[in-house]
Amino acid sequence: MAHAAPLDEGHGHQPAATAHVEGQQHPIRLYLVVWGWLFVLSACSYLVDYFGLQGLLRWSLILLFMMLKAGLIVAVFMHMAWERLALIYAILVPPAVLLVFVAIMVFESDYTVLTRVLFLGGQ
Amino acid sequence: MAETHIAGSIDRPKGWRGVSADWSSDQRAFKSASWGKAMMWIFLLSDTFVFSCFLLSYMTVRMSTTVPWPNPSEVFALNLGGKDIPLILIAIMTFVLISSSGTMAMAVNYGYRRDRVKTAVLMLVTAAFGATFVGMQAFEWTKLIREGVRPWVNPWGAPQFGSSFFMITGFHGTHVTIGVIFLLIMARKVLRGDFDTERRGFFTSRRGRYEIVEITGLYWHFVDLVWVFIFALFYLW
Repeated sequence: MAHAAPLDEGHGHQPAATAHVEGQQHPIRLYLVVWGWLFVLSACSYLVDYFGLQGLLRWSLILLFMMLKAGLIVAVFMHMAWERLALIYAILVPPAVLLVFVAIMVFESDYTVLTRVLFLGGQ
Repeated sequence: MAETHIAGSIDRPKGWRGVSADWSSDQRAFKSASWGKAMMWIFLLSDTFVFSCFLLSYMTVRMSTTVPWPNPSEVFALNLGGKDIPLILIAIMTFVLISSSGTMAMAVNYGYRRDRVKTAVLMLVTAAFGATFVGMQAFEWTKLIREGVRPWVNPWGAPQFGSSFFMITGFHGTHVTIGVIFLLIMARKVLRGDFDTERRGFFTSRRGRYEIVEITGLYWHFVDLVWVFIFALFYLW
């Protein structure tokens, strides 16, 4: 079998007998810890709503918990942390460009709501 | 079979030098990922753009409407034991999906350890969590439709609420459903020992390898990842 040798750079080497098996190998404990953190972070974001936090505090907490959860899933569960930079940049940089799209649509919506207020009497 | 020598044993440059070396190597650019994994990542990237378009259009209609947006905290509240608990169903759905991601990650791990039974069982548990999630979503849709929510109207405010809701959660639910089917097919293959005997696939005729468990896992974690964004931006915002 060809197809790539072990990929676990610096994460403990497999015994020779299974060395031909490619792929990611990390202790189960790591996944359980991340799972626990995802639970905690989800609970936190739910509590933001439960306690009815409002304003800047609400938005910043929601976005913070969202990014932390997304980061944990991509980095550990999807093994992105152990991939080479060539793949990491190829996959993670394009979505970052979406922020420009967000900015464009924010201007667009502001303009739309302005015309609705000015010319349609708030319809 | 040159790939054997490409990955793993060779000391490769790191950082930007590594990026440049990988991309200009005149071979495959993704040295640490097989073509199957790389293609799944690229598919997921395209899927990211699909969901981004949905979430962006939701943002646009919500920002540009002059009618108040329905409060999701109240819309998705559930009456349990005579008390209205805000957003409780969505919270449970979130925990179910996260748990399925946890079992999936462990299935991948046991797959690479060539533990056939544990891998298959964990994949079936993941599929069960996924099916539970879809079931709860069906319940939620039924509840909202009974209350009069349509893509063009709803009793609480801006009519765009309905179209955004059905489009975003519907597309996500479809992804979960496809993931459950994908998981069941792969779990059957694992259990049958296809990846130990390298039995050829019925469709691709390629030798079965445990790596497909990780590729299935990538898709499944992505479904969970999208839910993280939907939960934050649609339900909590």
